[in-house]
Amino acid sequence: MEASILAICYLIGSVSFIIGLKMLSHPAKARRGNLVSAAGMAIAILGTLILYRPAGHALNNLVWIVSAIIIGTVIGATAARRVKMTAMPEMVSMFNGMGGLCAALISIVELGRVANDHSDMHVLSILAGMVIGSVSFTGSMIAYGKLQGKIKDHAFKGQHLVNLFVLLLIVIIGAIIITSNGTFSALIFYSMLGLSVVYGILFVLPIGGADMPVVISLLNSFTGIATACAGFLYNNQVMLTGGILVGSAGAILTILMCKAMNRSLMNVLIGSFGSTGTGAVHSVTQQGSSKEISLGDAAMVMGYAQKVLIVPGYGLAVAQAQHVCNELGKLLQNNGVVVKYAIHPVAGRMPGHMNVLLAEADVSYDDLLELESANEEFGSTDVVLILGANDVVNPAALDDPSSPIYGMPILEVGKAKLVIVNKRSMRPGYAGIENELFFKPNTSMLFGDAKTVLHELVNLVKEL
Amino acid sequence: METLLSFIHSNLEILYIVILSVFLGIEVISRVPSVLHTPLMSGANAIHGVIIVGSIIVMGEASADNFIVLALGFLAVIVGTINVVGGFVVTDRMLEMFKSGKEKPSKSTKVK
Repeated sequence: MEASILAICYLIGSVSFIIGLKMLSHPAKARRGNLVSAAGMAIAILGTLILYRPAGHALNNLVWIVSAIIIGTVIGATAARRVKMTAMPEMVSMFNGMGGLCAALISIVELGRVANDHSDMHVLSILAGMVIGSVSFTGSMIAYGKLQGKIKDHAFKGQHLVNLFVLLLIVIIGAIIITSNGTFSALIFYSMLGLSVVYGILFVLPIGGADMPVVISLLNSFTGIATACAGFLYNNQVMLTGGILVGSAGAILTILMCKAMNRSLMNVLIGSFGSTGTGAVHSVTQQGSSKEISLGDAAMVMGYAQKVLIVPGYGLAVAQAQHVCNELGKLLQNNGVVVKYAIHPVAGRMPGHMNVLLAEADVSYDDLLELESANEEFGSTDVVLILGANDVVNPAALDDPSSPIYGMPILEVGKAKLVIVNKRSMRPGYAGIENELFFKPNTSMLFGDAKTVLHELVNLVKEL
Repeated sequence: METLLSFIHSNLEILYIVILSVFLGIEVISRVPSVLHTPLMSGANAIHGVIIVGSIIVMGEASADNFIVLALGFLAVIVGTINVVGGFVVTDRMLEMFKSGKEKPSKSTKVK
């Protein structure tokens, strides 16, 4: 009786994940889609708590389980509520890492119990769950650290060979364990665990910070697969379908993100090797010929322009300047200036990051231009105002094959009559490379925090 | 080879589920606007938190005096819950902002 009801709970859970994910890919239904998945999850968890009957009796340690759930809920909900919009990507990475850790812990416990009475395939799925889960955990933590700016990119010569070697070692140990028919020592298992943990770190460490969204999406897919492995182990359909669904959807999403940057996944994962040296040398020759514009002049040229395009970037997000940015846009529009926002798909720290921010500030959807339509409009634009964006407007992506971002489609702001760049300093952007744009004759720099600068501009435009 | 064949035979249903789910995942995602990539990733991230069911089973099957398993399981349930709850809440917060932006130009949103 209980078992059949539980099976129905899992069925409802699985279906709600599918429907929820489907709804999440439509702008209008996305929020309800998220709630649908959450409801399905609640049914699956409650069903397990109440109806799961190992060996005919209710779950042991129920008090401990429920208190762990309460602790987790408090931590998760507080973290998710307190996090600033700018730090969302890190948060997703952190949560993904938690899922990976959970999968790894389950595998560690299960392997201790297994040894004699499970089939090879079960051992295989335990090992796969542990390896993938640990890689996902440490990888996500590194990605988190990078987005927080606490961990720098590290790459050494031949690192991909070392990575391959570690991976090979993991596979070999796995093969030894599987063929040993349960007689392997604990030591060899823990060395496999240790190698997986190290591999996660080595895997993410050399990848540039700007590519972290792609990496997080990939690790997200990994955790999905780890979940599916556990689902197979317990013959649990909701974990199996949920895990596989996220695994395949995450893989596709990763590829779509790469496409948005016009790069292949391979290029993102190993592209950072060997290109670090040339960019730095290149930059030295460029220094020293940028010019500044005063706030008054900037307000003047924008107030009397016909068309202004605003290019938001991470700097806008950091300064939380989206509201005052909208205020400036509205003000100019009331003065008869055509104001549009040019959104690069990977501006900020994640695809869609800028859309989220500007939506928060009530910027109309009609004023947002995607990459291609924006590039068509730059030619007829009087003033482009770049707010804390850097790599997404770097012309090196078009004309410098030695640049790490070469090949990425950019916003071709140089086609406009005047480009005003607001930045806090001349420091290079997230990819760590110089930007020639700042030294072009039609570019002027407007240094300062985006929020303060925009406030000043609003006041000055009002006085025009 | 023989073990593989017998494995496939005895787990045919699971294989069907896996293969169909793979295609389903690809199909569900393939036409998503780039604006929604981040919330979608975050939502999918919350869904794989269903791993928590596994950690509940681990703890529920452990005997009350096996402290190592209890400790690992306890930690697993905590981090699993963080994944689920945090994932859904963050996704909801992201999408909330889309909504406020979409309500106002309600006539024009249909055009696209």
